Amino acid sequence: MARRMVHLYGWMLVFPAVVLLAAFTHVPAVATLWASLFTTARPNRPSRFAGLDAYRAMLDDPVFWQSLANNAVFAAATIPASVILALVMALLVNGRLRGRAAVRVAFFTPTVLPMIAVANIWLFFYTPSYGLLDQIAGLFGLPATNWLGSRETALGAVIAVAVWKEAGFFMIFYLAALQQIPQSLREAAALEGCGRWTFFRRVTLPLIMPTTLFVLINAIINAFRMIDHIIVMTRGGPDNTTSLLLFYIYEVGFKFWDTAYAAALTVVLLVILALVALGQFVILDRRTHYR
Amino acid sequence: MTFFRNTLAAAALATGVVTAAAPAALAATELTFYYPVAVGGPITKLIDQYVADFHAEHPDIRINPVYSGSYQDTITKALTAVRGGDAPELAVILSTDMFTLIDEDAIVPFDDLIQGEAQAKWLGSFYPGFMENSQTGGKTWGIPFQRSTVVMYWNKEAFKEVGLDPEVPPQTWAEMTEFAHKLTRREGDVTSRWGVQIPSSGFPYWLFQCLTTQNDAILANAEGNKTNFDDPKVVEALQYWVDLSVKEKVHPPGIVEWGTTPKDFFEGKVAMMWTTTGNLTNVRTNAPFEFGVAMLPEKARRGSPTGGGNFYVFKSADEAQRKAALTFVEWMTTPERAAQWGIDTGYVAVRPDAWETKAMQDYVAGFPAAAVARDQLPHAVAELSTHENQRVTKALNDALQAVLTGAEQPEPALKKAQAEAERILRAYH
Repeated sequence: MARRMVHLYGWMLVFPAVVLLAAFTHVPAVATLWASLFTTARPNRPSRFAGLDAYRAMLDDPVFWQSLANNAVFAAATIPASVILALVMALLVNGRLRGRAAVRVAFFTPTVLPMIAVANIWLFFYTPSYGLLDQIAGLFGLPATNWLGSRETALGAVIAVAVWKEAGFFMIFYLAALQQIPQSLREAAALEGCGRWTFFRRVTLPLIMPTTLFVLINAIINAFRMIDHIIVMTRGGPDNTTSLLLFYIYEVGFKFWDTAYAAALTVVLLVILALVALGQFVILDRRTHYR
Repeated sequence: MTFFRNTLAAAALATGVVTAAAPAALAATELTFYYPVAVGGPITKLIDQYVADFHAEHPDIRINPVYSGSYQDTITKALTAVRGGDAPELAVILSTDMFTLIDEDAIVPFDDLIQGEAQAKWLGSFYPGFMENSQTGGKTWGIPFQRSTVVMYWNKEAFKEVGLDPEVPPQTWAEMTEFAHKLTRREGDVTSRWGVQIPSSGFPYWLFQCLTTQNDAILANAEGNKTNFDDPKVVEALQYWVDLSVKEKVHPPGIVEWGTTPKDFFEGKVAMMWTTTGNLTNVRTNAPFEFGVAMLPEKARRGSPTGGGNFYVFKSADEAQRKAALTFVEWMTTPERAAQWGIDTGYVAVRPDAWETKAMQDYVAGFPAAAVARDQLPHAVAELSTHENQRVTKALNDALQAVLTGAEQPEPALKKAQAEAERILRAYH
């Protein structure tokens, strides 16, 4: 009897979480998978079961492959760049630095600004001829560059915005982690005659590993989730060179109204994210030192 | 909520609760009205003013204007709302989205709404050029409102500076290239002024359609189920566009942003620009130099697509709301108001008699540039519009951007776009 009560008590405690997770995560995920197996309903043509047709169409869809490739480049560039930059910035403002508070605020500001505002600011930076970047380039006699309008630079340009936006956010986590490292470790290391680099590599880095794991997961999710600036700055152009997977899903779903195909694309995105998260927890978790 | 209020109002009417003393708001028919803003200038303020004026004359109708972003955002929002069962009753959406809205079963034709001879006459009072994109299958689905064509703006001071007659814009493609050469100013690698600029971000197909029309090609049929993207004349038009930047080097390379094109013009970074007449008031207010407005140059003929937004009434509106919507649309498109809207924004007043009002005649007398778009109307064609419009135009847009960024040649790129369009439209034959 008492045992049953404990069970019931346990279920009652997790009940709110279960309801929320199911309603906003699990049910929509399964519904998406289900929707991807049917054709899109049109007023004169009702939805019918189509099996894996949408997935087969995906294989022949060049825009899908390009968006996937763009997204891989976007992730491969933004994740290491923003995480390393965040760590460097955190180390910088963790030390004794004049005007530390001001620098911290400066690093963190991009995070506070809404992405739409950020994208509009950068739109001005990138404007050919009289944008900020070209004005600076002009001082050195360099020609104007159409940053967002040529296929060589467009993806790099949106990557730079993403790194700029993200690094400050991750810095806050690193800063918190760095402040948790006890001063006594530093003193002990100093007594042992250990250099700053060795201390960083052997003590600091392992101790902030849980934070790195957390930051990495966030960085990866963001690499697949951030499209606000794409919508404002390039709308996926020129010729899909800045189309990311989620942006393409948005286009298919809300501009073409091909909801079934959009569902199939979403399933692909879910699978990618699930695999990444799984890999991280299995591999990195073993190497992470929790206190 | 709207539903609740309407039901309440209807119930109140039915039971005779409403007396003469009851507040008018209780019995008012409420309408949600989505409208986009696509050009510079205080459009939201103008719309709010118009709606306030309308309320003063029609206390029994409440219009709730909702600013819904760009044209793209508006169609997305409207269709999402339709699917979510919370559609607006009235919206201004691109004329080219007509087929999409019909296919989604979202709108009602105006033929079903009008009653009596006066309204039938009103339906026939618009420029035929604007009705091409508003009618299909013998029915009128949209009422022209903020409609435009593409025109060329030129910087008279720059013309003077390089020894061109500041009052004479280029008349042909060849002349435009020649003028652009003279107007392009280069120091070493740095180009401080380009001769001409045709924007290509977002919706390059619209600007491109100017070139194809001038080269005497039609991009899609009136039924909206067949395209001609690989017509040799279309290929030639694209070759001309890309040559302007790649071969002639008088046009900025790569994709030129639509939104910053007027600013480029104000800054003197470009001497001639192609953009919508809807920017007229914006340019007039902000250009720090004397400028001219001209019809686009010709190749085989003159030409521009029409563009801009129509009023659509949504199926979700009930009987009273449809009637109220029609009243509002009619009120917004009277000759006087069409003229005023044209003067306030630069959009083309949508009916001939609007140009005969005193306000408009005074305006044109003082500012002849305002009449250029009207004079170009006889040369205008329907803007590219097909079933699955977003998808088909994306195929063309991608091809155009691929060519303009130097990744592909015009002919193979347009062939690919045509094949894609045929695949998409197969279901509509």
